[in-house]
Amino acid sequence: MTTVKEPPAGTRQLERVTIRFAGDSGDGMQLTGSQFTRTAAVFGNDISTYPDFPAEIRAPAGSLPGVSGFQLSFASTRIHTPGDQPDVLVAMNPAALKSNLGDLLPGGALVVNEDAFTPVNLNKVGYASNPLTDGSLSAYNLFTVPISTLNARASEGLELTNKQIDLTKNFFALGLMFWLYDRSMEPTIRWIDEKFSKRPVIAEGNKRALRAGYNFGETTEIFHERYVVPPARLAPGRYRNITGNEATALGFVAASQLAERTLFYGSYPITPASDILHSLAAYKNFGVKTYQAEDEIAAIGAAIGASYGGALGITGTSGPGLALKSEALGLAVMVELPLVVIDVQRGGPSTGLPTKTEQGDLLQSMFGRNSDSPVAIIAPATPAECFDMAIEAWRIALKYMTPVVFLSDAFLANGAEPWAIPDPGDLPHIAVPNRTEKEGFYPYSRDPVTLARPWAVPGTPGLEHRIGGLEKSDVIGNVSYDPDNHHRMTVLRQDKIAGIARDIPPLDVFGAPEGDLLILGWGSTYGAIRSAVERLRERGLAVSHAHLRHLNPLPANTETVLRSFGRVLVPELNLGHLLMLIRARYLIDAIGYNRVRGKPFRIAEIEVEAERILEAMKVAAR
Amino acid sequence: MTDEKNSVAATLPVLTRKDFVSDQEVRWCPGCGDYSILAQTQKVMPDFGYPRENIVFISGIGCSGRLPYYMNTYGFHSIHGRAPAIATGLKAARPDLMVWVITGDGDALSIGGNHLIHSLRRNVDLRIIMFNNRIYGLTKGQASPTSEFGKITKSSPYGTVDYPVSPLAIALAAEASFIARTVDTHTEHIQQTLEGAGRHHGSAFVEVLQNCNIFNDGAHREFTDREVRDDRMLVLEHGKPMLFGKDRSKGIRLHGHQPEIVTIGENGITEADILVHDETDPLIAFMLAHIYWPEFPVPVGVVRRISRPTHDELMTNQIEQAIAGRGKGDLARLLASGETWTVEGDEA
Repeated sequence: MTTVKEPPAGTRQLERVTIRFAGDSGDGMQLTGSQFTRTAAVFGNDISTYPDFPAEIRAPAGSLPGVSGFQLSFASTRIHTPGDQPDVLVAMNPAALKSNLGDLLPGGALVVNEDAFTPVNLNKVGYASNPLTDGSLSAYNLFTVPISTLNARASEGLELTNKQIDLTKNFFALGLMFWLYDRSMEPTIRWIDEKFSKRPVIAEGNKRALRAGYNFGETTEIFHERYVVPPARLAPGRYRNITGNEATALGFVAASQLAERTLFYGSYPITPASDILHSLAAYKNFGVKTYQAEDEIAAIGAAIGASYGGALGITGTSGPGLALKSEALGLAVMVELPLVVIDVQRGGPSTGLPTKTEQGDLLQSMFGRNSDSPVAIIAPATPAECFDMAIEAWRIALKYMTPVVFLSDAFLANGAEPWAIPDPGDLPHIAVPNRTEKEGFYPYSRDPVTLARPWAVPGTPGLEHRIGGLEKSDVIGNVSYDPDNHHRMTVLRQDKIAGIARDIPPLDVFGAPEGDLLILGWGSTYGAIRSAVERLRERGLAVSHAHLRHLNPLPANTETVLRSFGRVLVPELNLGHLLMLIRARYLIDAIGYNRVRGKPFRIAEIEVEAERILEAMKVAAR
Repeated sequence: MTDEKNSVAATLPVLTRKDFVSDQEVRWCPGCGDYSILAQTQKVMPDFGYPRENIVFISGIGCSGRLPYYMNTYGFHSIHGRAPAIATGLKAARPDLMVWVITGDGDALSIGGNHLIHSLRRNVDLRIIMFNNRIYGLTKGQASPTSEFGKITKSSPYGTVDYPVSPLAIALAAEASFIARTVDTHTEHIQQTLEGAGRHHGSAFVEVLQNCNIFNDGAHREFTDREVRDDRMLVLEHGKPMLFGKDRSKGIRLHGHQPEIVTIGENGITEADILVHDETDPLIAFMLAHIYWPEFPVPVGVVRRISRPTHDELMTNQIEQAIAGRGKGDLARLLASGETWTVEGDEA
């Protein structure tokens, strides 16, 4: 790695740093993490984030279930993941230390708020003695800072209650990290001023906390050096920081403009999808219509009704909500209306792990309806890619008159990365006109290429017709119980979805197009797989990576790609959904790597698994 | 709005009942009350001045669910209980359409109860026509949420242990802005009621007492039969005293909060003692939703009619205000909102 410029005296240059902020769920760790992220992003680092928080809004203070964490990686090179293990752990209390220490690398920096290490708090999480003083942390580079005390002192003279002052201590920790990594406090100060513009005392308290943390780093000598991570060399352009849920919402607003149709979003509050509803509800000046339904079924029902009327009907949910929507999704398949269903997957089954990530809904999306009920399925691979895939979802839905399931997950939804802001003029044109021609109109006639039926919306004179969940006769569209007709219609619905394969990009291979091992992934595991493959290839191993964005249908060249490798490894955050589809479809003896820990994969575990397979191949070849 | 509608209608050919009859063969059981409801629906349809293509019928599952196939308008036969949800989305996306929901007692009050309540409380501009035959007909005779307590059906051979709900009371609890009841075979009354619902601005809920001559024959006969209906039903008219009986000699009087039946001319009772119907009075609506045969005559007609902004109007207003305040959305600006930074030059 070439040095961009000499680091200032007393500083050391690093290529990549991973920090984890951990504290009580009321300690503001998510805010602290996202402020550091913004600052790093605006500075020009490549970033990747992993917010990890409990489902409980405020679990008992100081308890292990109440710990909330935010990990971010910032780098001067392109990175794909928020880092396997933090280099620095900021622990605001004993619970945060206990539940996160296992992830810290030996020799890693450990910054703790020693004021929180009271006998009561230690007791709560089962520490028999104080780890700050009993020598048990000797493997780490420990910095004990009386954050609460120093922070309280900084706010002296302000009209704030002790409780209010205590709530600002996360900014002290943030200020300290800003000093340690030589970052400007300006973006955060601007944010504080804006956020608390109506409560200047609170703004002042937070700013004092931030500066106090920064100055503490500056004036004390406990840190021997500071670290600099130069800007990354991203492609030229204008960037912003974006989470998957933000990108999803923006993508659908863009799709609505590109399709020249009203966006209607029906949704019922559910973690981790609710932020999409929040974002879209604010875009009223784009003509966006949002509808907080009485339940998941009403949300998809209303979206179907909106699509029936000619709008872009969208519903968003997470796994259990998708289960509730399945009958209505089957209706959309039967009436062949365009519709997009967003599923921000989380740990399951049932309520499962509401705030944790999983890829558990692929088979539910494929098969979770009565009878043969095919839908198109797509999955973005990174937070920013949610934008492009939202437009892609509508391109397919409109062109093929079909519901499309958009599989995001909690990691994509809340994780952030820099996004090269696109020029709207460069986005694809996806508009499809409605049928208005009376001559030869039949509700179930089909386009010979796409097999799409005509979209004749209410209000079109002369095209009055009836649709519904009962089977319809081919072309004419009357209710039909004819056995051959039902078989024909079932096959037609299947063929229509299968035919989309001709209209999607081929599966792209990173690395050599053939070799010993292909790692095949989908969705948010992209970053970990890509990084693992980069490392394996740097070591000269014949490993490549292919990542599916279209899961139904699969790209036309999928089988050819898979057969170009000795073995195929399919890592998934489930017990083998894509693996089952691949094996069933192509009779390829692919190998699964499956973990459902509610967390994204680490790079290292994919790397180790790939090595294990390569080793076994070598042994078998002997 | 009304003027505009009329002027559009004036330029259109005058439609008749026949224009609303589709080419589909009607497949209800011979003698079913649904035939009459369909015929009266087709008959009143030209009166609203909407071009045929701007009218949509959406139904759920059950015998009532087939009605859209027989209307020569746009139609959507959806899934069990969800028609109000689908209609809500359609009306939100397309405020220009006249949307009717056709449902039954099982569809609306059992599997779809939640959607009924919420479409009414939002005042979605829908006309919801609920056929109440107090039985599940299409599934061949199980108890419904309006079946009388103790009713013996295929699914309740020892009699139901479930108390029935009052559809009108549910509509009232959900603050529907138009609530009415009518009877399948009372052709003039059903026409008037559908006319009222069709002209209402907001959620209109109409319970049609309907006979299922196969699985619950005589469901409402005790008070709807020609010979007894005048004595056993109370035909409501706004601003008129609640009189009933062949010679209109009986009436409803309030004794404290309690309604009671009194006879004009007995014990010094005059017409002035009789409660006058007021479609805007919630207490009268509550009382009417809870009186029923045999203790009382069954009220039919418009129980409640009030005016409040509709769901689609409120939604549209918010959008118009947002555009007036912030300007029409600019995608390029939206995408570049928040903190941004620029990377210059060539990539290394």
